[in-house]
Amino acid sequence: MTTQGRGLSVAFEGIVKRFGPVEVLHGVSFSLEPGRVYGLLGENGAGKSTLMKILAGYEQPSEGRLLVEAKPVAFSGSRDAEARGIVLIHQEFNLAEDLTIAGNIFLGHERRKGWFLDEAAMQQEAEAALAQVGLARAADTPVRRLIVAEKQLVEIAKALSRKARLLIMDEPTATLTPSEVARLFALIERMRADGVTIVYISHKLDEVERITDEVIVMRDGNLVGRAPTPSLTRHDMATMMVGREIADLFPEKVPFDEAATPVLKVDGFTVPGWAEGVSFAVRPGEILGFAGLVGAGRTELFEGILGLRPGTGDVAVAGRPVTLRRLQDATRHGLSYLSEDRKGKGLHVDFPLAPNLTLMALERYARPWLDHGAERQAMERAVEAFGIRAGSLSMRAASLSGGNQQKLALAKVLHPEPKVVVLDEPTRGVDVGAKREIYFLIQKLARQGLAVVVISSELIELIGLAHRVAVMRGGRLVATVAGADMTEVEMIAHATGTRDVAA
Amino acid sequence: MSQPEPAGGIAADLRRPTGTPWAERLASVGPIVGLVLLCLVGAALNGDFATLDNALNVLTRTAFIGIIAVGMCFVIILGGIDLSVGSMAALIAGCVIMFINWAAGSGVSPLIAVAAGAGLAVLLGAVFGLAHGVLIAKGKIEPFIVTLGTLGIYRAYLTYFADGGALTLQNNLADLYAPAYYGSVLGVPIPVVAFLVVALIGAAILNKTAYGRHVQAIGSNETVARYAAVDVEGVKILTYMLLGVCVGIATLFYVPRLASASPTTGLLWELEAIAAVIVGGAALKGGQGSIIGTVVGAILLSVISNILNLTSLISVYLNAAVQGFVIIIVAFLQKGRR
Repeated sequence: MTTQGRGLSVAFEGIVKRFGPVEVLHGVSFSLEPGRVYGLLGENGAGKSTLMKILAGYEQPSEGRLLVEAKPVAFSGSRDAEARGIVLIHQEFNLAEDLTIAGNIFLGHERRKGWFLDEAAMQQEAEAALAQVGLARAADTPVRRLIVAEKQLVEIAKALSRKARLLIMDEPTATLTPSEVARLFALIERMRADGVTIVYISHKLDEVERITDEVIVMRDGNLVGRAPTPSLTRHDMATMMVGREIADLFPEKVPFDEAATPVLKVDGFTVPGWAEGVSFAVRPGEILGFAGLVGAGRTELFEGILGLRPGTGDVAVAGRPVTLRRLQDATRHGLSYLSEDRKGKGLHVDFPLAPNLTLMALERYARPWLDHGAERQAMERAVEAFGIRAGSLSMRAASLSGGNQQKLALAKVLHPEPKVVVLDEPTRGVDVGAKREIYFLIQKLARQGLAVVVISSELIELIGLAHRVAVMRGGRLVATVAGADMTEVEMIAHATGTRDVAA
Repeated sequence: MSQPEPAGGIAADLRRPTGTPWAERLASVGPIVGLVLLCLVGAALNGDFATLDNALNVLTRTAFIGIIAVGMCFVIILGGIDLSVGSMAALIAGCVIMFINWAAGSGVSPLIAVAAGAGLAVLLGAVFGLAHGVLIAKGKIEPFIVTLGTLGIYRAYLTYFADGGALTLQNNLADLYAPAYYGSVLGVPIPVVAFLVVALIGAAILNKTAYGRHVQAIGSNETVARYAAVDVEGVKILTYMLLGVCVGIATLFYVPRLASASPTTGLLWELEAIAAVIVGGAALKGGQGSIIGTVVGAILLSVISNILNLTSLISVYLNAAVQGFVIIIVAFLQKGRR
């Protein structure tokens, strides 16, 4: 086992953090005991990530003290924190794509033999760490070749090899499949038994309920409460985070005309290497869910249909066959796609809000010169319609909170006024409050006659939102469930291929 | 359990940064402040500096680089680069001279020959730019590599056509063409007028057209642009063509200046054009930059060399060195803003 030594006790005393004139933490005080798993909850922008960056040495507090083992410390960088055994696993990966898994695990801490690297020792240790996290990959595989979930596991293996005595995990399961999550939780249990202190940041309350001993809730840069996990229900946690009662997360389902001509009909669509012979149809007003494990080919299927990657098959829009070679073709035919990767594919985070909103429908504002005034008005309307909370319209998209970025991204893909919209993980990395708003938005869109496809890894979301759910496994559409069959158990069985075995 | 702070919601609103960060505003006025300071220094050092003649002289010298820099500004905002502009200008100049000599020699009226030659400059620029654009966008080759290659190719062909020497416009034709460089409109030299017009059109295209917005979008994040149904390949090709056209325009005003082209024509123009854009506040990684900044940057660089020429403070031979230092210092200052 790589985690020698007891866990660390840590205390925050009146931590204040300012970025320029902006104060994001207003004097936070609490302490963490060794050998416990803490769930740190809060909406996006509550300050939990900043606080954890201070603990891990990435940021310095503007005021207040950080105590480790009851002694004040001043970390000047993450190396100082790591030297004390405090390791943060980032939500966004910090991996060098071109290095091998072993190279990444030992990056900055390379084992040496004299002047040279001790590749054999690193290889061996890396393999051991990979075995612990349950990643079946050779340690000399370049990280570039891994899928997202595997990269997450490499990050965890990296933390293990640093002999962590206090481990901070920021949304570690966002990309993991249920079996990988189970393995991660077993690992957490083992580390806790070894006395390691663990801070677990997640939006998934069921996971927090399952794995943590104590819950700490932050809101708007303040600590708003802490309590032993068994004393709280998920509802209590959500209410504490949002600061108000969540009546119910999902809007009521509105029936649609099932006899109507499908606005999008796909027959035998194949995306080489990802999806094979997939057929489905969506009708106006319908919300069609797509479930499946990571790597089941859902995103790739739709990227293929929309012309973002090569694919073959018959696509008909409103009953007329179309050829969509590029996304521009799809947009022209009234199809729009919200990517699961908000920062990498969805928004220009360096741009102000309005140019993001209008980018897909710019021709509407060019007559022939761009009408900046009209763009601004459109942005004002979108702020109203989508409930985007922004300090100022001229701010950059990067300074919006995750939930508001997502609403802006949603407004952007809807700006060309499509007939069909494909929403890929529409609530990823979004807090409970914003999730609810997005669900109601989606339902409103459907009610207005839009056909909506929702790809999601959160089954609860699909059950609460969709009329029907198509389940994909290994690139094939294996089942479409509706009504009473739309249960977590049923969908997981289809998605993992264990249904027939169980039956 | 502690109680939530009542003012939490308001605090949340206050802590959102509003408007343009001051550092960014500084970056946009920085070049102008620099230029003004430099002019004050120049005026203090030499009485001849702050004269209208000298100002027009500096602007005329700036015009060629300035026109190219306007096109380069688009390419850099796009996240690309073009190292070949100096060689391209030289080859275009050579081709134009050969064409005019040939056309006039084969019985075409000299005036038409000169006018057609000027048109050919722009056409050649567009064709070379198209070649770059297609290789970069469709061929998926790094712009650095493509234009490094053509940098060598263009200059080698000019040297070959000139047989190692110079291509020279026949005297009568050179006289006919001369007003394009030496003439003036209302006292303003024609190249300066052209520079102004190109800059104004460039600014309008960049800020007020969908194409300009798409250039910025691709430079800021190409993947996001692709997922927003922007015609990434088309915009890239068009942008390299636009730069080629700018090089063509610059060359058409440059040819009458010396009425000859040699292997040293346009040497290091790429350095100066790229420097003007960077000094003007554009980020080399793409996504941001302005035409006004580029214009100011181009003028700033030639003011520096003008001051060196007029004063004995630093040897004229160190002109390029001073420009080099300026670029590095500006890049260092840019590092601070993010």
